[in-house]
Amino acid sequence: MTRRLDYKIITDLINPDARVLDLGCGNGDLLSLLKEKKNIRGAGIEIDEKAVHSCIEKGLTVIHGDIDTELLDYSNKRFDYIILYESLQQVLNPKKVILESLRVGKKVIVAIPNFCHINGRFQVCFRGNVPITKELPDQWYDTPNVKFLSIKDFQRFCDHYDIKIEKKRALSRNQEISFWPNLFAHVGIFVLSKE
Amino acid sequence: MTKNLGIVETQQITCFERPNSLTLKSGLKLGPITIAYETYGTLNSDKSNAILICHALSGDAHAAGLHKGDKKPGWWDNMIGPGKAFDTNKYFIISSNVLGGCKGTTGPSSINPETKKPYGLSFPVVTIKDMVVVQKALIDRLGIKKLHAVAGGSMGGMQALKWSVLYPDSVNSAIVIATNTGHTAQQIAFHEVGRQAIMTDPNWNNGDYYDKKPPSTGIGLARMVGHITYMSDESMDKKFGRQLIDKERVGFDFSQDFQVESYLKYRGESFVQRFDPNSYLYISKALDYFNLSEEKSLDVVFQNVKANFLVITFTSDWLYPTHQLKSMIKALKINDADVSSCEIKSSYGHDSFLIEADGQSDLITNFLKKESK
Repeated sequence: MTRRLDYKIITDLINPDARVLDLGCGNGDLLSLLKEKKNIRGAGIEIDEKAVHSCIEKGLTVIHGDIDTELLDYSNKRFDYIILYESLQQVLNPKKVILESLRVGKKVIVAIPNFCHINGRFQVCFRGNVPITKELPDQWYDTPNVKFLSIKDFQRFCDHYDIKIEKKRALSRNQEISFWPNLFAHVGIFVLSKE
Repeated sequence: MTKNLGIVETQQITCFERPNSLTLKSGLKLGPITIAYETYGTLNSDKSNAILICHALSGDAHAAGLHKGDKKPGWWDNMIGPGKAFDTNKYFIISSNVLGGCKGTTGPSSINPETKKPYGLSFPVVTIKDMVVVQKALIDRLGIKKLHAVAGGSMGGMQALKWSVLYPDSVNSAIVIATNTGHTAQQIAFHEVGRQAIMTDPNWNNGDYYDKKPPSTGIGLARMVGHITYMSDESMDKKFGRQLIDKERVGFDFSQDFQVESYLKYRGESFVQRFDPNSYLYISKALDYFNLSEEKSLDVVFQNVKANFLVITFTSDWLYPTHQLKSMIKALKINDADVSSCEIKSSYGHDSFLIEADGQSDLITNFLKKESK
């Protein structure tokens, strides 16, 4: 159910007929939804071969490859939106990916898992293990995540690099969180732009 | 459920009759040109469901189904037929033998109408572009204005690319498999070994052997080298390993010891039965001359393309590795073309496009549903 609210929020953020590039598009569910609801012209980049097959099955345009390198090929402001849906924590150089995304896209929509949700903090403090939650289900030895950040960390990063946060939303399971999101939200969604 | 096509036949038409001979890329003229082709499925009333299949170096028009009396089906039978990737219930599939070939389309073994003898080396050197121009003449003759797709692997992929650039309004989709936009030094080098093997065979006789013994040893060697480049170390290891031929231990002589040796020898020897050595020279040369970017950059070459592209490569294909197509994909992206790509995990090397039907079939089936912009 969380996914549905995530997707709904992102769908609402995107203008009709926009041009969208989804970095780490997975099975292409979000791109398909955006095509259906907002008539976007979209493409995805995905590293997993099986996921690429699913995208093609859905009639999507998808490049099988690494976000870090594939992104470099596009000209400036080619897309209206670049989407990084829970893929930023899986790239080796998130700073470079965000800055490149801001070059290629007019706006960048980022959804990140909040590693400092209260459940996680509780586990770190009292149980002495890194957080394993419904939202972050993988053990340290087989998680695809390579970077760990909180909503607050991400905001600081944007401040530091003069990236404008146009909109921000936070949610937990299937509801939006406005009170202390860095403690109570599982996911942060940001709309970014840069002069 | 998939079915097989059953009995099929090769047909022929003749184009470029004099004085309307074809001016080749080299500037030389050639005509008349006979084109051998097969079709599978039914052309719909608005002629919008045609797909052109382009073959690789040693392929021919017989892509699927069985010729009367044959046991072995066409070279892409696992991909073409009712319910298969190129579904003949939906699409009208056309497959033609390339210019310079030896399976019914005009090539060096064809009779030159002027001399009433085989062309041999008097046949002009042809290019991938010339092959595509001849295919276009066939498509025109069939009354088809726009192909739903052009598809091919290896040299067939080069033809598909050339189609998309040369006739952008006539191609809805291009399926480009295990290929390159221009031959690299390594790819040229392997071909040159093959050509030298043919040309140093005394029976080659400067290409004039049609009433004598053909250069079997030469083309056999060329095929052996080719075969090695089409497989992967993994697939060779799986198939042969170090297995010996009917013996317990190596012979300490220069007879054949290993299975892989006898396999290659068999492949080489049987090749001359079905392939003209001169055609091998001409077609391998056409591959080596292929350079889609010519003097321009690929960004410029793709400026006018309209097709949707599906680019398929294979992890174990070291002859046409995935990374070589990165610059092409980049150029297509820059030109805002609709391009999808997939590197399929496979252990069969370059031959994967002929063998590895599983992942490839689904990709193609689904991609073919895409309509033009």
